[in-house]
Amino acid sequence: MSKKAQKANPSSAALRQQAAEQVYQNMQQSQKPPSHLLRNCFNAFWTGGLICLLAQGVQEILLRQGFNLENVGAPTSAVMILLAVILTMLGVYDHISQLAGAGSAVPITGFANSVSSAALEYRSEGLVLGVGGNMFKVAGPVIVFGAAAAFVVSIVTALYYSLGGGAL
Amino acid sequence: MWQNFFWAFVVGGLFCVAGQLLMQGCKLTPAHTMVSFVVLGCILGGLGWYQPLIELAGAGATTPIISFGNSLVKGAMQEFSQNGWLGLLTGIFEVIGAGVSAAIIFSFLAALFSRAKS
Repeated sequence: MSKKAQKANPSSAALRQQAAEQVYQNMQQSQKPPSHLLRNCFNAFWTGGLICLLAQGVQEILLRQGFNLENVGAPTSAVMILLAVILTMLGVYDHISQLAGAGSAVPITGFANSVSSAALEYRSEGLVLGVGGNMFKVAGPVIVFGAAAAFVVSIVTALYYSLGGGAL
Repeated sequence: MWQNFFWAFVVGGLFCVAGQLLMQGCKLTPAHTMVSFVVLGCILGGLGWYQPLIELAGAGATTPIISFGNSLVKGAMQEFSQNGWLGLLTGIFEVIGAGVSAAIIFSFLAALFSRAKS
């Protein structure tokens, strides 16, 4: 065998492997279950809508207990958060999420689910480093970016009012 | 009263559809979707455009995570009008504190008395 052929051999093997990988990737693409955007949006709509409907029901009950429209928001979300934590503890919320997609992630119950599922998941690593350290692993970014964005927005709004701007 | 429930369902559902489109259509992770919603909520809250939606849809507007941003700005602005510039720092978690505390306390209790279901 000439030197040239020896040199060409490994590169052709590499080429063959590359081609096989290409074929495998194509196969993977074609075997992937098609993601039905429209159907998922529909599921997100009615599940998310139902969660908000439930929250509205809680709010109507609390309004009859003597809360007013100004202060009913906090106890309503507290009740919804308690429900979400209980459902997470029972392992039900995961099943709901699989069907609902964003329908269970966007409401405040999704925030509570991300906190409590992280707390439960890291329980085996101890209370301080496991639960305490990882509780906000998923929900942390929401609070960090929320507080930062709120600070910037409220500075701009406060400056606007201080400089005598009228209502927007 | 029944129209409250109707609007809560429709508005809450539409926010979730928007979330699904961001997650699936724009390939954002759930964390990125939630962060975008909160930042959008802050901006809408600063402009004062979110309050009319709350008056229309009630819990349909206060339950989605977008209202988290609105409440952060609302708390800061409330404190600002009472205590001046320091209020921007002390007020940010004023309205939202109940929800965050509830999530921490209930999750901690859940972790004390239960383990993850696998």
